[in-house]
Order: sequence, then C-alpha cells, then structure tokens
Amino acid sequence: MASQAIIFRETKDSKGFYILLAVLGAFLALGALAFFHAEHHGHHVTGMNNQVVWGLPHVFAIGLIVAASGALNVGSIGTVFGKKIYQPMGRLSALLAISLLVGGLIVLVLDLGHPDRLIIAMTTYNFKSIFAWNIILYNGFLALSAVYIWTMMDRKVKKFYKLAGVAAFTWRLILTTGTGSIFGFLVARDFYNSAVMAPLFIVMSFAMGLAVFILVLHFAYSWTGRTLGDVVMNRLRYLLAVFIGGVLLLEGARHFTGLYIAQKAGVENFILFEGGIYTQLFWIGQILLGSLLPLSLIFCRKLANNRVALLLAALFTIVGGFAQLYVILIGGQAYPLVLFPGAEVSSDYFDGAINAYAPSIWELMLGLGGVALALVMVTIGVKVLRFLPDSLSDAVADPHSK
Amino acid sequence: MNQNRVDEYRRNFMTTLGGVAAVAAVAPSFVLQTAHAAGEVAAKPIDQAVTNAKRWGMLIDVTKLTDGGAGMVAACKKEHGWGDEAHSADTQKAHWARVVKVTDKLTQNSFSLPVMCQHCENPPCVDVCPTGASMKRADGIVQVNKHICIGCRYCMMACPYKARSFVHETLQDQKPHSPRGMGTVESCNMCVHRIDEGKLPACVEAAPDAVIFGDLNDPNSAVSQAMKTIGGKQIRADLGLNTGVRYHGI
Repeated sequence: MASQAIIFRETKDSKGFYILLAVLGAFLALGALAFFHAEHHGHHVTGMNNQVVWGLPHVFAIGLIVAASGALNVGSIGTVFGKKIYQPMGRLSALLAISLLVGGLIVLVLDLGHPDRLIIAMTTYNFKSIFAWNIILYNGFLALSAVYIWTMMDRKVKKFYKLAGVAAFTWRLILTTGTGSIFGFLVARDFYNSAVMAPLFIVMSFAMGLAVFILVLHFAYSWTGRTLGDVVMNRLRYLLAVFIGGVLLLEGARHFTGLYIAQKAGVENFILFEGGIYTQLFWIGQILLGSLLPLSLIFCRKLANNRVALLLAALFTIVGGFAQLYVILIGGQAYPLVLFPGAEVSSDYFDGAINAYAPSIWELMLGLGGVALALVMVTIGVKVLRFLPDSLSDAVADPHSK
Repeated sequence: MNQNRVDEYRRNFMTTLGGVAAVAAVAPSFVLQTAHAAGEVAAKPIDQAVTNAKRWGMLIDVTKLTDGGAGMVAACKKEHGWGDEAHSADTQKAHWARVVKVTDKLTQNSFSLPVMCQHCENPPCVDVCPTGASMKRADGIVQVNKHICIGCRYCMMACPYKARSFVHETLQDQKPHSPRGMGTVESCNMCVHRIDEGKLPACVEAAPDAVIFGDLNDPNSAVSQAMKTIGGKQIRADLGLNTGVRYHGI
C-alpha cells in the first residue's frame, strides 16, 4: 500500500486551546511569583542552603534540558538515519526540543543569585568552565534547531535539510555531554567525578525526551481530533524500551564501579542502601516505577497496541527520570564532603553529617513554571505554524517504509 | 605658685617625652618579634599590580592551637562580619571558616583544626566558574569578584573543602573593607585588604604562636623555613590541588 502524502496543518481555533493556555498560564504566573519572591527576599526562602546548594529548581531545569536534547532524537532518526516513518514528526520534534530547552533554561536562570547579571554570563566567559561552554551549546542548539525546522518547512532550503539535521544531531550529543560533564568534572565529589556522567546523561535524554514526545504527540492529536495510528506509536513504544534499557545499563555500570572502588563506596552505600528518601527514590522511583514498570507495560503481550499502557509507560519514564535526577543532584550533595578519608569529622557547620534538604513550595512553583513555559510554546507553536501532520494514521505512516 | 605650676608642667612633659622615647626604642624589636613569629608581609603600593613573584600562604601548627582554631575563626568573623544573617537558617548562614574535629576511626587519634579556603594553586572553584568571578590573584589568593558573580553556586559544588558560602539574604551594616552581597558567593580571601596594606590576616594575628604567614615562593621566608623543618600537610592532598594553607599536626 503506497503511503498517502503528508499534509501539515495548524491546529484549529478551539475552546480547548484557550483552556489549555489558561491552565498553563496559571502555572506560569505561579512560577513568576516564586521568582520575584526569591529574588526580593533572597534564597533564604528556599530550602537550598550552603550544603545542598542546588535544589529542586535544578532538578527541573536539568530534567527539561536533558529532555530537550532527547526530544530532538525523533527528528534525527528520520533525517540522519533516514528512517522515513519518523520524518513527519521531525518538525514537532524540533519544536519540542526548543521549547523544553527554553523552559529548562528559564528555571536555571531565574534561580541564579543574580539573574539580572545574565548579560555577564553571556559576555564574560571562562572557557575552562563547562558551564561557560554550555551557555554557548544551549544557544547554538536553539539556533540549529530553528534552522532545522526552517529546512523542513521551506521548500526553498530543503537541500539543506540533511545537513541541518546532521548538524543539530551532532550538536545535541555534544550538548548533553556538556550537561553530564557539569557533574562529571566535579573533582571533590565521589558520587559525580566520573566520565560516565556524560554518556549516562545522553542515554537519559534519549529516554526522557522520547517519553515527553510520546505524551505530547498523543495529546496533540487526541485533543485536536487527528488520527494517530498504532504503527507510529509502536515504533516509539519499542524505541522507548531500548532507551530505558540503556539507562539501566549505564546506571548499573556506574553504581557497581562505585561499590567496587573503596573511595566511592561510602556514598554508594548511602544512596543504594542507607540514604532514606534517596534510597527509596532510587529503588522505588527510578528502578521500579521509572524503569521496570514502563518496560512491563511495553512488553506485556496483553497490552500490545494498548495506547493507555504506552502513555503510562512514557509518564513513568519521566517520573523515573526526575527521581534519578533528584537522587543524583540532591542525594549526591546530601552525602557530606570527605575531608579526611578514614576519619570521623564533626563541626558546628555540619561536617560529617548527612545534609538535610526540604524543597520549598517556591522551588516547586518555579520548576513547574518552566514546564508550563515549554508546553505553552508547543501549544502556540502548533497553532500558528504547520508543525503537525494532518494525520499520522497507519495508512499515512506506511508500516512498510523504513 | 605660678612658677611651681610651670615646673610641674615641665616635669610632666619631660616624663612623657621620656616615655615616648623609651617606647620608640623598644617597639621595633617587639614588632619585629611578632612579625617573626607570625610571618612577614610587605605593603603593596596601591598603584602597583599584583605579581606572581610572591605566593601568599600559611602554616597552621595544630598542636599549638589550644582552642582548635576557634580564636582564629572568631577573628575572621569579626573582621568580615559573616555568620549573623538574621533570616537565614543555620544551614544557610555564611561560614568562611570553621573548626573541624577529626577522629581517626581506627586509631581514635583526634585533633581539631580550622578549615577555610585553602587557596589552592589549582582551584576547582576557579576552573568551573562560568564568568571568571571565582578567581586566583597572581599572588595565589583565591577570591570572588562579586561584581561579576552571577550566583550559580557551581564553585560551591566544586570546592572540596566546603569553604564557600552563598549569601541568602539582604545584608545590612557591612564592613567597608569586606563588601558582601545577596545572591553572590563568598569565602576567605586571606584578608586581602590587610595583606595589601602590609598587615597580617586577621586569623593569623589571632594565633601568632601557632600560625606562620608569608611568601611560599621565597625559600628563606619564615613560613618556607618552618615547612622545610616540620613539614606542611594538605587536606585532601590526593586531589593534587597544592594548597596554600598547610597544617602541622594533622
């Protein structure tokens, strides 16, 4: 059966569009309120402190940034690796990537002690800092993704489609390497200082980005009355399973290495066995709910072609990803710095003690504001420009195409 | 009566003058002795740029610190005015220096020492700072340029010694010589304002018998000589940071 032509169309004007914008707008307003509150009073209104210096906002920010680079993968598989079934989703993939990145960056920037000095961060660089490189990588990613969308939307520049796709894909791999290296380069913290953080973050981005893409794709189609067939969704379904497996593989390698090396065994034992909330988040949040449950939902034969099962799998993959980031970020800081290996230390400044952190409502509001911003951008994007194919029914998607 | 009063004035004046002369004669040896015990600093003319000819550092003899360094920490706090942030929780209050008690798990050998910025030759906090606000002066002093610090706290993640603090609230009544600001990171700057005036850091002055301050680049300086004789250990020497703050007795 020959596939039908793909027609891209803006979403129609509807009450649902405005209701969605209103709901997301409310979260945006709460995020803005949280920002002004912390900006005015200082960070003492947050749960962050001088021991746990990065908190819930950073979990949201890095989660969104990681998901952003992963969301672009759907387009890359079509463009770079020539899988035709993915190509109609390329535009949405790049739009989602841009939106998630902007959502993540806004949280990161608004949590700075001096967000008003963003211009300094954009103009004064220390090139030995991976953070400085990331500022360039993030901006480049936005630009390349925009060009990539342009080559998909404008026939006149279609000859650059492949080039733009390859450039954006290469850039995103470097970008996520940079995000993982934020932690990998931290010499003094045994839970972080490893080169595996870069590939781990890349494979995390594959899983989280695809999971977000699956959810956005489904609801974009179901809420606008468009057809989304099982052929497309099953491709994404099994791809998600591969990515979840990839995360488990690298996490396994990381934790076993940590347990094996005596210097790292302390923090590994803390995270895996004795860390209270962090241990629970790891085993229940990341492994059970975030990995094994989605894999079961994907591979259970009785749930084949079951859309709800796939959506739940995607949702729990995201839950698992956030649990993982919380364990990495907060758990890694909760374990005290080791000043004297083999000795017990104490002071009036929490040396040798497990550092406490309880996120404040403001941090949650700021983080959710970033999520809302990303979704607002996607919602408006698909409304004003031709990002979504009119139909992704099985007939259109053509199961026989590669 | 009047003549008597004049004579009395004259006597008093001469006595005072004699006293001043006596103090002037004794003082140099006294001041020199203090400087010898605690190290020596030459004032840097304000119009001269800092060079790498010198590398400031100190040797802290923990065995001579009867209070574990609490006096040094108190002097630092008084000099820079940190730690009294009214709205911040204890975990959020600034701590430029602190006393850490260390007990070896196997031997139960125990000691206390003051821990602050170790002024590394290869400071991780400087490497990670995106804007270059976290910087090392040519003379080895590691500090934060608060004008371009964006408050990202990456340096705090990178510091092995938990030497840095983030200012969590608006501050009042700051010390003019040690400006601080909400939303920026701060830490021990070796009392750079005092060093540039030829004075010793406040913590060194507070423990003259236990701390020697001086130029690590000069093999003949008191601190270099002392380290050559009794050694100068680093905290987490395995990290290869070559710290400017060294300890004896840890």
